[in-house]
Amino acid sequence: MDLVTPSFGLLFWTGITFCLLLLVLAKFVWKPVLSAVNARSQKIDEALLEAEKARQEMKTLQAENERILKEARAERDAILKEAKEVGLKMIEESRDKAKTEGQKLIESAKLAIKNERNSAIADMKAQIATFSVDIAESLVKESLASDDKQKSLVSKMVQDIQLN
Amino acid sequence: MSRTTILRFLNIVTFLVLVSFAGNATKEKKFDVTETIMHHIGDAHEWHLWGEGHSGTSIYLPVIIYDNELKIFSSSHFYHGQIIPVADSLKPTEYLLGEGDAKGYALFHEKIYKVKDGALEFHGGHPHNAMPIDISITKNVLSLFIGAIILLLIMLSTSLYYKKNGAVAPRGIAKFIEPLIVYVRDEIVKPNIHGAKHTRYIGFITTVFFFILVNNLLGMIPVFPGGANLTGNISVTLFLAVCTLLVTVFSGNKNYWKHIFATPGVPWALLPIMIPIELVGILTKPFALMIRLFANMTAGHIIVLSLISIIFINKSAAWGFLSVPMALFISVLEILVAFLQAYLFASLSALFIGAAVEEDHH
Repeated sequence: MDLVTPSFGLLFWTGITFCLLLLVLAKFVWKPVLSAVNARSQKIDEALLEAEKARQEMKTLQAENERILKEARAERDAILKEAKEVGLKMIEESRDKAKTEGQKLIESAKLAIKNERNSAIADMKAQIATFSVDIAESLVKESLASDDKQKSLVSKMVQDIQLN
Repeated sequence: MSRTTILRFLNIVTFLVLVSFAGNATKEKKFDVTETIMHHIGDAHEWHLWGEGHSGTSIYLPVIIYDNELKIFSSSHFYHGQIIPVADSLKPTEYLLGEGDAKGYALFHEKIYKVKDGALEFHGGHPHNAMPIDISITKNVLSLFIGAIILLLIMLSTSLYYKKNGAVAPRGIAKFIEPLIVYVRDEIVKPNIHGAKHTRYIGFITTVFFFILVNNLLGMIPVFPGGANLTGNISVTLFLAVCTLLVTVFSGNKNYWKHIFATPGVPWALLPIMIPIELVGILTKPFALMIRLFANMTAGHIIVLSLISIIFINKSAAWGFLSVPMALFISVLEILVAFLQAYLFASLSALFIGAAVEEDHH
């Protein structure tokens, strides 16, 4: 029967000890430990979220980079193409210009040559006339040195006339 | 050495041990199992370490009694006092007459009585003398203090770790204690007490859990400072059960009282029967808690002591080959029971409180 009869002394000390334990543990252990655990789990959650966000951001950044790179490449291609076209055009133009220039030069040269020739011919003509007169003079002088020769010349001339 | 030689050698050793122990035992008085076990699981004003009677070694604990005035003296004044046999009893028994500071008091079955005319008056084996209010630091009270100090040391060092390091991963003692605290919160308090209200009861439930656990485990240590059957003492379990009862009753909401005084779905005519049943139900729940913890822990101690007693009943150490492995097995089982009972008490307390604060779902 002693076994199941509560004793006042033990009840009294259990009460005091348990109440003190409850106060001390609740205030200095359960509360701070659980709040630390909660804070930690929140921290972990936040860190995970942050990491996820960073990864997402990285992804968008990468996509952006790719896009920019693509654009740059396209622009470079366009520029190269344009430059090529411009170059070709310039070559074409200069070729044409050179052609016309050459043509012009040739034209003027031809003209000069023509002029030169004409003047040379005119000169020659004048020269030839002078030479002819001189030759004729000397010939006439020769042929009219004697009566016989004069007579034969006259007759030849007369003959020629008759032939005409 | 061949196998037969070893066997023969072992036989001789066993025989010698048997003979020597048997010889010793015959000199002592008859071994009373019931008295020994009851003495071990009960409370005492001394902490017996070893030896028998006056030649034994004990820690004499302070006796504090209130008998018109507060009196404090060592229990050695009883244990070294005169041993007086009780005539009016079925079984031969005795009481200790106090001397010195304890003069005027006597100790019978660890209870203090006022002496009248230099002796106790017995009627049918029970003394009829007056009893002073006894708030002595008994074996169980000292064990309670030791348990509380161990609990405080463990818990405050855990708390200190977080104070020093902030909300970081636990290390050292915190690594062991934190999961237990979180377990109590997440697996005992939260599932039983729904909603945000549960935070109010974490302190009580967790303290109950660790208080029972530490004292259960301390009781499993066979030598000082363990071995006291504290959580197997009805006073302790009574106090814890009353705490649960008070918390339940004082946190009971309108819905809880409505279920007791006007149980929904019960015809009005039946209420005169239902109300007393429900009112008794308020008490039976914590009463079951009290008995469960008391009976489980006391039973564990009794089984271990009984198995060890086999050696002394048979007066032969050879029986140790049987009783020691069995006692070891039960002791290991008792470690499981220590955790289980702490869990059950906390879990059921949470369940009762949870039912008292539950909101109406209908």
